[in-house]
Amino acid sequence: MKITQGTFSFLPDLTDAQIGKQIEYALEQGWAVSLEYTDDPHPRNTMWEMWGLPMFDLKDPAGALMELKECRKVHADAYIKLNAFDSTRGFETMRMSFIVHRPKEEARYRLEREEGPGRTIHYKLQRAWS
Amino acid sequence: MSGKIDLHALLAESGVSEVLDELDRELIGLVPVKTRIREIAALLVVDKARAELGVEGEKPSLHMCFTGNPGTGKTTVAMRMATLLHRLGYIRRGHLVAVTRDDLVGQYIGHTAPKTKEVLKRAMGGVLFIDEAYYLYRPENERDYGQEAIEILLQVMENQREDLVVIFAGYKNRMDTFFQSNPGLASRVAHHIDFPDYSVAELQAIAGIMVDGLGLKLSDAARETVGEYLRLRREQPHFANARSVRNAIDRARLRQARRLVQAGSVDADMLVTLEPEDFRASRVFAAADGPDGPKEAVC
Repeated sequence: MKITQGTFSFLPDLTDAQIGKQIEYALEQGWAVSLEYTDDPHPRNTMWEMWGLPMFDLKDPAGALMELKECRKVHADAYIKLNAFDSTRGFETMRMSFIVHRPKEEARYRLEREEGPGRTIHYKLQRAWS
Repeated sequence: MSGKIDLHALLAESGVSEVLDELDRELIGLVPVKTRIREIAALLVVDKARAELGVEGEKPSLHMCFTGNPGTGKTTVAMRMATLLHRLGYIRRGHLVAVTRDDLVGQYIGHTAPKTKEVLKRAMGGVLFIDEAYYLYRPENERDYGQEAIEILLQVMENQREDLVVIFAGYKNRMDTFFQSNPGLASRVAHHIDFPDYSVAELQAIAGIMVDGLGLKLSDAARETVGEYLRLRREQPHFANARSVRNAIDRARLRQARRLVQAGSVDADMLVTLEPEDFRASRVFAAADGPDGPKEAVC
């Protein structure tokens, strides 16, 4: 199953040219671009590994794309996402974040039900290892 | 379409002529440099015209090497070059990132590559200006990390030619040895531009422009004194062309300020005029006057 997360999650995967355009937009807004990767794309996992430091002072998307290519080479079997951080007071958060690379074989999850006290039902998203 | 392309129109429309004219107006002397820049501009315009006709050629490599003594305008020209290449559509942003060895080379193993890459990423889309580039290579220390920085540079210069232009700068003879010991680098730098030293007349013109820029002026007598000063200063060690002129003017401003404060009351004209005595007090004259004068390097 295709895992979707973040901005543009309803669109097909962006091509590198489109990713470059998005980075360009983020840089125009003064946002700092960074890359993160993980092998655990559970929606509640917010702790992805950082690929280097956030790229401050970039003027052109070419630099970020260079890092992305490098990261893809090293972590071909991981999910990679690109974040754009807005440091403006009042925001101080990610303004854009989308998946830029996914492994050939995607992670699978299944929904599990568990009965709790008083016959309440708890749901759990469980990684299904093949 | 008539099948003919007006190159002059193309040149005018890109706004390149303005930059070239500005270069001619604001930079004194440097004839070989200006000629080469015009050649590069012409080449890019012709390439653009070819592209319009559908002839797709590979982009020319524009990595450059600026050699010349200190103060001959290497950094200034590099800055203009960035604007020029941007207007011609060769680079996408037109900013200049000026670095030296310290910004590229790390202090311990594994420190250099991220540092160099960081700088390269910042420079993408613009011009990377490496001042005193020969310091990157230290032949006396074979474990020096400079070599690593050079290798990363080389790789990016070759693979991402359309993303950035690298300009190396430094003294002529030391750059020559630097390129001899790094043949890979030499073959990837297509344009070697030598910045000649300025003549006294050119230095005088530069002084005029600098004084204008500060909102001051030279009295006629002071103009002559500056010429005399420059003739003497040129013969002394550590002469740094336009930079020495700037320093001389800065010191003259100090002396002028002291003179005005001592005078007590001033008028508008006195406030903006530099007089000969502001330059006369320099140690350059003292050294030239008598054989017993101070012999050490004068600044």
